[in-house]
Amino acid sequence: MKIGKVIGTVVATRKVESLNGVKLLLVQPLDEDGKPAGEPVVACDSQQSGPGETVFFIGGREASLPLPEPFNPADAAITGIIDAVTKDAP
Amino acid sequence: MKIGTVIGTVVATLKPEGFNGRKLLLVRPEDPYGKKTETPVIAVDTVSAGEGDRVIFVDEGNSARQVLDWKDGCVRAVIVGYIDEIDIPRNPKSPDSNPKSQIPNPKKK
Repeated sequence: MKIGKVIGTVVATRKVESLNGVKLLLVQPLDEDGKPAGEPVVACDSQQSGPGETVFFIGGREASLPLPEPFNPADAAITGIIDAVTKDAP
Repeated sequence: MKIGTVIGTVVATLKPEGFNGRKLLLVRPEDPYGKKTETPVIAVDTVSAGEGDRVIFVDEGNSARQVLDWKDGCVRAVIVGYIDEIDIPRNPKSPDSNPKSQIPNPKKK
């Protein structure tokens, strides 16, 4: 599970049938300082999140579990919306 | 299982119900000497760890669901242990390879 920021929406009309009705969002993974870490990924949404929000997302096989159809070809899914990250000052 | 240091707490109101009552911690994966190896992951706490603690965590869904007793849970990273100390014996063939043999937890309880 990693921190990410929703930076956009992805629209795909033709996709695998089991992904119908699933919102696809572009998520930029972040590091502990809120700086981008790695390339943006397309993630399925399960929390009604939108662009600009900081979220936590799950990768791998578990990504399909929060979706309406758990047998799904998804490798990233947004599982929660982050309100705050608190950490010790360096 | 990986070694990491807890560097923060994550607060999320909107999350799946199975997470309710569980603490979410930000864990920075490290090598045994404390050097950062990957971008931080959010892990569910099971050992009452806090900021600054060195922990063992799993980043693999099947074990995570088993530990939390949550079938079909969309969870992947779980802290499964609190590290008291790591002991790496010197390699007798190359004595200078590892001068630092004991790495205690920085914030021992």
